[in-house]
Amino acid sequence: MTVLRLIFNEFVGLFVDDEQLALSILAVVAGCWLVVRYAHDTSIIVGVLLLLGCLGVLMASVVQGARKG
Amino acid sequence: MMTWATAAPAISATFLASLVEVVEAFTIVLAVGTVQGWRPALTGTAAGLGVLGLLVLALGPVLNQVPIQSLQLVIGILLLLFGLRWLRKAILRAAGVIALHDEELAFAKETASLTDAVQRDATRRNWIAGLVAFKAVVLEGAEVVFIVIAVGAGRGLLWPAALGALAACLLVLVLGFAVHKPLSRVPENTLKFGVGVMLSAFGVFWTGEGLGVAWPGHDAAILVLAAIFLAAGLALIPVARRPEEVAR
Repeated sequence: MTVLRLIFNEFVGLFVDDEQLALSILAVVAGCWLVVRYAHDTSIIVGVLLLLGCLGVLMASVVQGARKG
Repeated sequence: MMTWATAAPAISATFLASLVEVVEAFTIVLAVGTVQGWRPALTGTAAGLGVLGLLVLALGPVLNQVPIQSLQLVIGILLLLFGLRWLRKAILRAAGVIALHDEELAFAKETASLTDAVQRDATRRNWIAGLVAFKAVVLEGAEVVFIVIAVGAGRGLLWPAALGALAACLLVLVLGFAVHKPLSRVPENTLKFGVGVMLSAFGVFWTGEGLGVAWPGHDAAILVLAAIFLAAGLALIPVARRPEEVAR
């Protein structure tokens, strides 16, 4: 059981080791989904929003990681 | 129809990502083989590969049942979580904020820990050694399976993606068999940086497709997204660098 739990924890860790980074990515995707859902926009603008959101999240996370050391 | 514009990034992403993971698994299996002999090392490895095979067999039919747009969205989000995490870590490592992964150090640590464990429990030492090899193969292999499925399942690219992973496994096995020591000269952080860039690009592409975005240039948009992530990643390295690192 310990091995299975370890494997499960490691699998979750593939996607989430920095909760703030993971939550920020999910927030960006949720924002884009809201634009598609309520503005009925599936143009490239949503793609650009998604890309810029991810780049913003990456930059913020790297700067924060560098400050923490 | 499959084009080189889509297949080439899929093959190279799975090849590079698998190279990193297989090198890490190889280091641990080599440590087990060195400390306790090749029988438990190979038994653990075979059992691990068996579990991974079952995982693939179980996931295959499930993936075929999921509508393609939902699959693209879920896989896109998972790729973003996975790829941006790798890219962030590679940037911080390149900037000197966190330490680089050292295969020789990992080998020494694994050997010491295993020697200690088998000395404490001499009656079950083959079992312990086999379990260590099994765990390494399953954990690192699960990452390879995920990357192959994530990169390949969105648009019928499972075979090219699997081909990239298989080529990486064969390369590591051949090199490892030849040098018979940890593959410490593999530029792991550069590979992780490249893989982070590719997986993030695939993540934005699939998530966008899952949301219904019609990307200009279709699959070729992946290359443009990868170029943007590469430029952003390279630009962030000096930003993350500490003042004392810059002064050197």
